[in-house]
Amino acid sequence: MSSRIGVVTFPGSLDDRDAIRAVTLAGAEAVSLWHADATLQGVDAVVLPGGFSYGDYLRCGAIARFAPVMEPLIKAARDGMPVLGICNGFQILCESHLLPGALTRNDHLHFICRDQRLQITNTTSAWTSNFDMNQEIVVPLKNGEGGFVADERTLDQLEGEGRVIARYLEVNPNGSRRDIAGICNEAGNVVGLMPHPEHAVEALTGPTVDGLGFFTSVLKSLVDNGKVLA
Amino acid sequence: MSIDNVASAKANSNIEQPFAALGLKPDEYERIKEILGRRPTSSELAMYSVMWSEHCSYKSSKVHLRQFGSKVPANDSMLVGIGENAGVVDIGDGWAVTFKVESHNHPSYVEPYQGAATGVGGIVRDIISMGARPVAVMDPLRFGAPDHPDTRRVVNGIVAGIGGYGNCLGLPNIGGELIFDPSYQGNPLVNALCVGTMKHEDIHLAKASGVGNAVILYGARTGGDGIGGVSVLASETFDADGPAKRPSVQVGDPFMEKLLIECTLEVLHAGLVEGIQDLGGAGISCATSELASNGEGGMHVWLDRVLLRDSTLSPEEILMSESQERMCAVVEPNKVDAFLDVCRKWDIEAVVIGEVNSSGRLTVDWHGEQIVDVPPRSVAHDGPVYERPLARPTWMDARQADAPTPERLARPTTAAQVRETLLLMVAAPNLASKTWVTSQYDRYVRGNTVLAQPEDSGMIRVDEVTGRGIAVSTDCNARFAALDPYRGAQLAFAESYRNVAITGARPLAVTNCLNFGSPEDAGVMWQFEQAVTGLADACLDMGTPVTGGNVSFYNQTGDVAIHPTPVIGVLGVIGDVANRTGMEWKTAGESIYVLGVTRDELAGSEWAHEIHGHLGGLPPVLDLNVEKALAEVLIQGSQDGVLSAAHDVADGGLAQAFIEMALRADRGATISIPANIDPFVFMWSESASRAVVVVPEHHEQALASLCSGHGVVATRVGSVDDSSELIFSGVYGESVKATIDELRSTSEAVLPALFG
Repeated sequence: MSSRIGVVTFPGSLDDRDAIRAVTLAGAEAVSLWHADATLQGVDAVVLPGGFSYGDYLRCGAIARFAPVMEPLIKAARDGMPVLGICNGFQILCESHLLPGALTRNDHLHFICRDQRLQITNTTSAWTSNFDMNQEIVVPLKNGEGGFVADERTLDQLEGEGRVIARYLEVNPNGSRRDIAGICNEAGNVVGLMPHPEHAVEALTGPTVDGLGFFTSVLKSLVDNGKVLA
Repeated sequence: MSIDNVASAKANSNIEQPFAALGLKPDEYERIKEILGRRPTSSELAMYSVMWSEHCSYKSSKVHLRQFGSKVPANDSMLVGIGENAGVVDIGDGWAVTFKVESHNHPSYVEPYQGAATGVGGIVRDIISMGARPVAVMDPLRFGAPDHPDTRRVVNGIVAGIGGYGNCLGLPNIGGELIFDPSYQGNPLVNALCVGTMKHEDIHLAKASGVGNAVILYGARTGGDGIGGVSVLASETFDADGPAKRPSVQVGDPFMEKLLIECTLEVLHAGLVEGIQDLGGAGISCATSELASNGEGGMHVWLDRVLLRDSTLSPEEILMSESQERMCAVVEPNKVDAFLDVCRKWDIEAVVIGEVNSSGRLTVDWHGEQIVDVPPRSVAHDGPVYERPLARPTWMDARQADAPTPERLARPTTAAQVRETLLLMVAAPNLASKTWVTSQYDRYVRGNTVLAQPEDSGMIRVDEVTGRGIAVSTDCNARFAALDPYRGAQLAFAESYRNVAITGARPLAVTNCLNFGSPEDAGVMWQFEQAVTGLADACLDMGTPVTGGNVSFYNQTGDVAIHPTPVIGVLGVIGDVANRTGMEWKTAGESIYVLGVTRDELAGSEWAHEIHGHLGGLPPVLDLNVEKALAEVLIQGSQDGVLSAAHDVADGGLAQAFIEMALRADRGATISIPANIDPFVFMWSESASRAVVVVPEHHEQALASLCSGHGVVATRVGSVDDSSELIFSGVYGESVKATIDELRSTSEAVLPALFG
């Protein structure tokens, strides 16, 4: 039995198809979840994809956080279900208080799309266990509001507990504090990532296939945790 | 508040109407009266004035554009031709593609961000209304002098507007153009191209057929934005002390457009729609009159049902509003509920505003009073057609005689001067790295982008199973068109055709955006006629039909028009995108060839423009048979896996082509300049029909036979190195070297320094 991974579509989600493709290429069954349905359809893990949910009105992710699907999702995440929020998904996870901090306007005030070098700095979270510690990868980054900020104590805590899962290398593309590209919650099942691993899953269309590692990681962790049979 | 209705127009025939302020000529106004047999109501006058405008009626260009219909190649793959929202082309395997480029020049100068944003929005709705899913956008842009104080405002606003709208819409931006020339100072050009894909059975057309069918307006509410001259009329009719002219630039909401795409594709695929039309220029007037005249010929509209953002709008304003993100659908009565359900799912407001009938008239009611009663064709299709006077400008002879000879323009004659020129050219704003712009656009979304800027064409995978895909390029060297508009248009087409073939895709169809000065200037009109004829002749010759396009006139300030700028988009098909040829030379030791012949052709070149500020002489010669032969080599070479890289030679000549390939690969090369050509000419001539190709040793024989089979001249000029230096040897007895780092830092610094 293969793992079933849900991908939520909010009004204004853009990278939902890409996330479905990535999940499928990693070997899981992708399940489309609709923002207005308060059900997760029994999936084993969920991806909140990139885009501009609700047009980024009010604040990125601020309205999506109240969508009906988020109610069971927040509960499941607190109970340990793996959840990956990419870009706008990361913003939604912060707005939902599943992750600390916030994402702010890029310091240079421009939208930026580039092939970004990252260093993986946590290999125990549900979404990074297939990487090597300090492994360098290249995946696309594209955001207008991707600057990760939190107070100094939270930043110290994230670093102290090994909860920074990836850092920007060579260029800090958006002014994120301490070059943070992604973080996880205390339990390691909820991960927020500003760059887009779902755009680096095929040699034909991506700069690399490094992004696949996030999706194969979750399959491994589901098996390791006995959620899914190997 | 009294409404000018049909009854009062009949009863009171001789009131004075502000037709001139609405842009209608006295004879046009007389013709409206003749059509109606009475004076028009204020609402009718408003409708005719916008639909008979140059923008909507093509009244000055129509007589020339007919050539695209009469010079159609025999074996074309057109499924839907000119006249619909966008042409549709068969690309095989049951797939069809629609693509179109449109201008949004004037609004983008007035309000760069919203002007450019709504330009993207408008072309995307054209593609949706054919039943296609939009899959990519491209943006050919032209600005004034890079160092002019106003250029910064325009560039920043337009680039941010395109990014802000397109990124939020979820469409990859896969290419375009970025060109600076003082001729565009007061008239920047923002052309927006969109390409969409669909299965053959999903093609939809804009027509209102089926008596009794409902006309549904859905999407954003109608507001007071984008009402141009009509506010003149509104203030005449109503409160003269009311608010001043409403803003005439529309404001875009890409989030609504994204919902509109998904909602529209869902109702189309569910079979709920008989006919569909987007609302662009001239808003409800355009949509209802076009739908009605393409269908059964009759329609009734209850205008007071239109959902409004501003309840104070007059009926004339509602008819004319160009509020964005609206669509109009014709739906069978028993499917209306299902249609409205889909709209609700996507949180989109929709309302039945009218009904198709067999009256042969378009009638509009406003709270029970009839305010419009017209034959719809007379509004939509039977506008005035002008045979404007045209005359070759008297200054053409002097301009063409002013050739860039060595005596007229000093050329580098030593290796040191060549190196100096090389670095100046790398820093030319028209040749410098465009990353500062393209990094503000999402090129990855949807996960099917195979090639994007700086590659010669954008390439999108259409079928994820078979790998079938399309390549699109847009090009125009307007300086060539300024020297000779006929040949200039052909050269623009040839470059675009070549850029598609370079990637391995076979060119299939053409779209165009014809940007010119005032049609009331006989010289401009002559340029237009020449350019259209040149393009139509070339398309016939090369077997690629024109599937649609757009004309933008009045791009001029005072008496000074822009360079004639016929931007040509070519679409090609490739059986499997895995076979595409990119521009990156990856492997040391591979051989570099120049295909085609380099002549002393510097007129209109980037070198003449950048170094000398010169424009004169005759543009490069073009032999379409040579262009076609070159394309065959490039396409066959890609299919057979002979070529490991290929790149077009155009602006900045061979020197620029080699530099771009080196920068793309982050790898150097040694180029030995052939002894039989002047090194300066070899590096910066812009002769047409040339490409640089790279082949591994074991394929050199295959390349040689391909080229001799097609009669293409191939010259081996060097090899890829395992180095970080680009070396030109044989430069007036010496070698000229530049490091990749030096070239990159120079090239990439230019745009951020000007606009960052």
